[in-house]
Amino acid sequence: MAELVQEHGAQHGSTGISNIKLGMWLFLGSECLLFGGLISTYMLYRGRVGEGPTPMQVFDIPFTSVSSFVLLMSSLTMVLAVSAAAKADDRSTVLWLTVTALLGATFVGGQVYEFTAFYNEGLGFSTSLFASSFYVLTGFHGVHVTVGIIMLFALVAMVRRNRIPGSKSETVEMIGLYWHFVDIVWIVIFTLIYLIPV
Amino acid sequence: MTEQHAHEEHGMSNAGYVRIALILAAITALEVSTYYVDFGPLFMPALMVMMVVKFTMVVSYFMHLKFDKRVFSVMFYAGLFLAIFVYAAALSTFKFFIA
Repeated sequence: MAELVQEHGAQHGSTGISNIKLGMWLFLGSECLLFGGLISTYMLYRGRVGEGPTPMQVFDIPFTSVSSFVLLMSSLTMVLAVSAAAKADDRSTVLWLTVTALLGATFVGGQVYEFTAFYNEGLGFSTSLFASSFYVLTGFHGVHVTVGIIMLFALVAMVRRNRIPGSKSETVEMIGLYWHFVDIVWIVIFTLIYLIPV
Repeated sequence: MTEQHAHEEHGMSNAGYVRIALILAAITALEVSTYYVDFGPLFMPALMVMMVVKFTMVVSYFMHLKFDKRVFSVMFYAGLFLAIFVYAAALSTFKFFIA
């Protein structure tokens, strides 16, 4: 097709813009609306604690700060993986992707621990509007991180076996965009949900 | 154009990414300090500014929006600002911003 340019397996339209990349940015833009709705719902209901514990009674700021730092550092390792993939350095790409996935798994593990601790302190999913909106928001984020980890491990396996169709560096970059998005959503959640007292 | 050349167009070295990460870590430490230190009336504005700076740095440098084609910024920020506008309007109907 005359209008399409195949460059290193990546499909570009007549504008020279990668179709996959354009689709990914559109997807991330739409994800802003999803998380915007969940964050707004939490902000509206965070004071509705009923008989259950309040946010300030259950939140463990030092613990969540460490989790936030871990996720932030996973963004660094992800961008190093993207950089390595652009240089066609498969060994470094696999290394940084694996480190990113492990840091992500540490974050999710921390979230599971946090949820368990909150539940033991009497904050069940349906205890109050605060509890429901908190679990839905942070749970959705946790699911996004988990999906990211699965994609990272799948990517590691595909890079090692050289089974990525099309541009390897673009594929790593797309997973990277998703991963960084998960990080920026947490930047907002950490400030608005954990650090601002009710 | 080689893949390496394509990456160099993004304008950041690995050392540059590490520097950005260190700045982000320092801002996170400052954010956490607001939980322990009384910033008075500056508390809320300081937290908001730090959150926006961190968000912008990750999007601009780690996600390469600063160095990439402008259309990607339009795609992303259109969704972001639409979300902010829609939900700010929705929260206003619940008198959320009235102290």
